[in-house]
Amino acid sequence: MTRGTASPGVHVSPRRTVLILGATSAIAQTVSREFARQGYDLLLAGRNPEELHGLAADLALRYGVKVEGRTFDALALETHGAFVEACRKTSEGSLAGAVLCFGYLGDQSIAQEDLSEAKRILDTNLLGAVSILSLLANHFEEKRNGFICALSSVAGDRGRQSNYVYGAAKAGLTVFLQGLRNRLFSSGVRVVTIKPGFVDTQMTYGRPGLFLVASPETAARHIVNATLKGKDQAYVPRFWWPLMLLIRLIPEKLFKRMRL
Amino acid sequence: MEPSVVRPLSGWGQFPVETCRIFRPEKRASLAAILASGGEPSYIARGLGRSYGDAALNRGGGVISFERLNRLIAFDPATDVLECEAGVSFAEILDCFLPRGYFLPVTPGTKFVTLGGAIAHDVHGKNHHRAGTISNFVLDFRLQTPQGDVITCSPRQNPDVFWATVGGAGLTGLLLSARIRLQRVETAYVLVDFLKVSHFEDAIDAMAESDHLYEFSVAWIDCLAKGKALGRSVLMRANPAKASDLPPDSGDPLRLRRRSEHSIPFDFPAALLNRFTVSAFNTLFYGLHRTASGRLTDIDTFFYPLDSIRDWNRMYGRRGFVQYQLVFPLETSRTGLAQVLERVSESGRGSFLGVLKRFGNANAGLLSFPFPGYTLALDLPVSDGLVPFLAGLDELVLRHGGRLYLAKDAATTPGSFAAMYPGLNEFRAIRARLDPKNKLSSSQARRLGIVPS
Repeated sequence: MTRGTASPGVHVSPRRTVLILGATSAIAQTVSREFARQGYDLLLAGRNPEELHGLAADLALRYGVKVEGRTFDALALETHGAFVEACRKTSEGSLAGAVLCFGYLGDQSIAQEDLSEAKRILDTNLLGAVSILSLLANHFEEKRNGFICALSSVAGDRGRQSNYVYGAAKAGLTVFLQGLRNRLFSSGVRVVTIKPGFVDTQMTYGRPGLFLVASPETAARHIVNATLKGKDQAYVPRFWWPLMLLIRLIPEKLFKRMRL
Repeated sequence: MEPSVVRPLSGWGQFPVETCRIFRPEKRASLAAILASGGEPSYIARGLGRSYGDAALNRGGGVISFERLNRLIAFDPATDVLECEAGVSFAEILDCFLPRGYFLPVTPGTKFVTLGGAIAHDVHGKNHHRAGTISNFVLDFRLQTPQGDVITCSPRQNPDVFWATVGGAGLTGLLLSARIRLQRVETAYVLVDFLKVSHFEDAIDAMAESDHLYEFSVAWIDCLAKGKALGRSVLMRANPAKASDLPPDSGDPLRLRRRSEHSIPFDFPAALLNRFTVSAFNTLFYGLHRTASGRLTDIDTFFYPLDSIRDWNRMYGRRGFVQYQLVFPLETSRTGLAQVLERVSESGRGSFLGVLKRFGNANAGLLSFPFPGYTLALDLPVSDGLVPFLAGLDELVLRHGGRLYLAKDAATTPGSFAAMYPGLNEFRAIRARLDPKNKLSSSQARRLGIVPS
């Protein structure tokens, strides 16, 4: 509320907008809240306009920032160009960065039998991400400023029988982001890879055998901090880093015998 | 399939503890799906679990947590009307709107309640003698009925459902969202007058004489004191502070200073609370207060004294406690209260300070608790013989034409409850129409025969 009502003549820092891709997921919602709490305007992108409208109204009321909903479908690759163009126009050059939160976990057992499920997993998590992030990367590179943060997954750190199609897509995304980071470093654009472990959302609620589950608020705070600080990569919560290190260190000879 | 978790659950009093299947939807649309799935024998909505007994428990059935259905929908500064989802908490409303000059029109003694829970129990606050309950400020709400419809209810639109839902403990439908009118304030402070009296009858005299001068009025009462000091009390009565009441250098008048927070990390051993320690605490509390006037006090300290101690309910130990809240009509209040206070102080069943308050008018809510008279709330730790002891208190309540509050109750009986609430049959009739298959039910509703088991 404060910035919008500042009297003329008082210096007001230019408004900064963050684009949230896949804004209706539980983690995306708390990430949006955290950015809004810090005074950022938001562009919320997702498939369900009604949901987006509800989220936008809530954030605008709570934090007095400008929030707009925008229809976006990661699988509709042909629409991505126009989408980025429209975002550029709306934000009038104030686009500070983008956070990619969409993803499709899918069902490993179906994906093993039915290629269309495997394709959907790869198309959403890898191809959809590559398409939209490439367009955004070009935009930020040209401006020589901005950030790209993407939610990859610990599942991409090592292939396991329980979710290796999803893991393969996320591993691809992780490597894509590494390359993008390398390319954009010289233009001052930060690329941040987030690897969330278990977060307490609808996706994990009531699932047996989960451990070290973080609240979405904690996860969001880590993600936003890592992004604004320009970290290259962050496990969320942090203790997943040593855990995944251990998992990566297990020799394949042994690993292939484990039920994971 | 909506994910769910099966685990033991309790109300704020940690008594009783029952195993329920908990759902935690993140979208409003999921509510209808959960009800329609028929996976559980019945369901009950739950907010932040601040009702004390078994109102938000459903033994062997479903409990739908509203924690994640907490979106603000719209605010109209021209009318001060806020629309939000039922899971929005009073704490969230305050965080967002107090800095802009709005307070809740009615608030219970904790801000960790949801709007849905507040409507379902038709909550009252320290301003009941003037403002009535929260439903006075509810313009309308949207209700997901067990038969799959969404209906809008207000005192004009579907008034029968409105007055059954207000105070109806979640048994008429799932509240989706509501519109409430907020109260404008100039500051985040109140000016408090303290009055110390050595007997509860003096407290009643003072409230009857001068409550009308105050927006907010409540008394802390020592339920262990006996004889000449029976129900000695400290009255705390207040009016909102204006900006001009604050010291000139105090900065933003609507900004609350962050209070230090403490928490009780584990259940205290039962032996810690006994008639000697509690009596010592009450004596200290009484002794430390002085009659004084115009003390500038921030909203958090005045309205939510216990919210700064997270999980204070664990103070009563693992077995938990019952909060017993009754109201007596004006005519019988003095004799009724005298008998209850004597019974409690004789028993030595340690209760920290109780709360005494004068209620204003009743409303048309069929199961709404308040009516004109005096209400007393006291905490009783669960120990051997508590239930028969409470049955004895129930008898006193009935004999004096009083009633108990569903948000607190954990132990009364179907017969007593029916005698306390003459609107019960009408409530049952409306409920039968809305929920013929009894898809909504709670442990409390079955215990009290509100819904057939």
